[in-house]
Amino acid sequence: MIQTKQLSKKYGKAEVLHIESLEIPRGQSFGLVGNNGAGKTTYFNILLDLIRPTTGAITNHDIVVNQSESWKNFTGSFIDESFLIGYLTPDEYFEFIGDLRGMNKADVKIFLSQFEEFFNDEIVGKKKYLRDLSKGNQKKAGIIAAMMGNPKVIVLDEPFANLDPTTQIRLKTIIKKLTENKEITVLISSHDLTHITEVCERIVVLDKGVLVKDIETSTATLKELESYFSV
Amino acid sequence: MTLHFLNLEWKQFYRSASFNKSLGAKILIGFFGLYFTICFLLIGIGGYWILKKQFPEQDPLVLVNSFLMYVIVGDLIFRYIMQKLPVMNIKPLLTLPVKKSKIVHFILMKSSFSFFNIMGLFFYVPFSVVLILEGYDITGVLGWLASMILLIQSANFFNFLVNKNNAVFVGLLVFLILGYLIQYFNWFDLPGLIGIGFDRVYQSPFLALLFLFVFVGLYTMNYRQLRNEVYLDALISEQTKEVNSTDLSFIERLGDLAPFIKNDIRLIWRNKRTKSSVWMIAMGLLYGLFFYPNPAYKGMEFIYVFVGVFSTGTFLINFGQFIPAWDSGYYNMLMSQNFKYERYLKSKFTIMTISVVALFVLGIPYIYFGWKVLLVHFAAMIYNVGVNSHVILYGGTFNRKKINLEEKAAFNFQGTGAVQWIIGIPLMLLPMGIFGLINWLISFEIATATIAALGFIGIALHKKLMAAITKKYITNKYVMIHAFNQEN
Repeated sequence: MIQTKQLSKKYGKAEVLHIESLEIPRGQSFGLVGNNGAGKTTYFNILLDLIRPTTGAITNHDIVVNQSESWKNFTGSFIDESFLIGYLTPDEYFEFIGDLRGMNKADVKIFLSQFEEFFNDEIVGKKKYLRDLSKGNQKKAGIIAAMMGNPKVIVLDEPFANLDPTTQIRLKTIIKKLTENKEITVLISSHDLTHITEVCERIVVLDKGVLVKDIETSTATLKELESYFSV
Repeated sequence: MTLHFLNLEWKQFYRSASFNKSLGAKILIGFFGLYFTICFLLIGIGGYWILKKQFPEQDPLVLVNSFLMYVIVGDLIFRYIMQKLPVMNIKPLLTLPVKKSKIVHFILMKSSFSFFNIMGLFFYVPFSVVLILEGYDITGVLGWLASMILLIQSANFFNFLVNKNNAVFVGLLVFLILGYLIQYFNWFDLPGLIGIGFDRVYQSPFLALLFLFVFVGLYTMNYRQLRNEVYLDALISEQTKEVNSTDLSFIERLGDLAPFIKNDIRLIWRNKRTKSSVWMIAMGLLYGLFFYPNPAYKGMEFIYVFVGVFSTGTFLINFGQFIPAWDSGYYNMLMSQNFKYERYLKSKFTIMTISVVALFVLGIPYIYFGWKVLLVHFAAMIYNVGVNSHVILYGGTFNRKKINLEEKAAFNFQGTGAVQWIIGIPLMLLPMGIFGLINWLISFEIATATIAALGFIGIALHKKLMAAITKKYITNKYVMIHAFNQEN
């Protein structure tokens, strides 16, 4: 369960995020949508304790994220390319993250073998540095790395951007499978309303840092969102 | 259009974040530039009379000519190491209605005015003026000067054609050494022969046209080559080289520090910036050779400490001063992974310690200059491990500058702030001062022992010091994350 209480972030006088209260129960697939500057990435960055909130706090499975670091044990994340180490090959990168998440080489190998289809033979075993891969392939590596070490919470910022259509569909399958037995909480942000309504059971709309809609996904959700954004 | 380009260049220069931030580095580079300019200018003005006085028999111009071969080859080598290929962010221009030829010409013209080409003029122009004033033939001198300028420009464009080709570089070096050797052993006076060629230019100035042809030829070749590369795939294509992963599994023995240490080794070997600083280690190791054979430093035992700290600590200083900025590109990711910060710092400490000990071992041949030297180096090694490594890790908490690993190291001050300069004081001057004082007051043995003892105290307090340093890193976490997110 991820609880957000009286959370706000201000830069000078400008308030970029203000969430009175938000609760994400365990096992939910949670989607965050909003136009540029809505505060999606800011929210994720606070959740990962990469920036400090001005007021309030986020509690991730009973741990206040900016007070203890033990949430790191069960939280995997991929925000952007800066999460990758450019001078490593994808294999070395997975090994590194695996090491930090307590997986040995064999574990990593078994883990990666599930995603062969997703990687489409373009990531593992290729003798290329991550920095030389295309944006889409970099993203694939980063997303899978975020799922390493049996996390309870997975945070993905804009996972569908830059991916090719086939990979987008495969990613949707992977995310659905993750939340299947209500163990893993997945938090996703996206600009693509179709994808996010398909994957997430709950969608929250942010606008200029404020929570404006909190929808349980149904067949009508896509229409509702489209009409909200078509102003 | 050229005006537009110039405008863009200017904006890129003064709007870059580093222009405002690393003012210190700018001043330092400016100072170097000024120093060289003044040196060249003084030699240019005074050169004629100095040569006249030293070699009254010979014509100064002929003398200068006989050295030109070394100057030209030396210039090419210097350019090879230091000069960056001309770059301009042409990507956004490609789809705009701008002729590609125009872009290429602009890039080439821009390179003509680089520091490397202007520098020589500060010598040649005043030297020529003096020659004319001294009654040399005006057209002859002007022809000679024109040849020099064309030669410099040709060297500029030749360098770009060579484009960091190692074979040519080695060739130049061999040429330089061979040229010197055959002259030294009086087999054949190659530099003299080339010098006579330049004398001819003075006698018949129209020969300068030859250099004009060379220049135009090189310019055209550059133009053709670049013109073909004004495509995205051509600009990008050089990037994809196949990787050969070295097996680093022997590091696994270091336990939970292994992943970080493996990473750091890859960081050092796979990035331009760090790779070139590996060569600095060799230089640092040999640094003692500047001092020990020199009789001027005989009996100045505190120099031993300086060389000792420096030669065993080059890696410590070069690598350590930019912790954790080396990892700035993916600092966000590291900060959201589950590991104790202490483990990360401990891995850096371990690498530095290993390097210090290894460099001491490699420096054992310094015993040639006396057992005292080696003894002090040993004490300096302990000091480096016990004191300097902690100081430098602590200094790292003040790092606020992102490092782009893909840029070259020579004269690259990216990531450098005031800390890097200030931290040198406790690292080198402090042990030198302590040693010097005790050596003067009491004895050499006690002084050496004190340095070593300070190191041992540091090692004994290692756990406590690391805990304190880690705490400082954690409190500075957000500021560092923010700073490393800024491009500069």
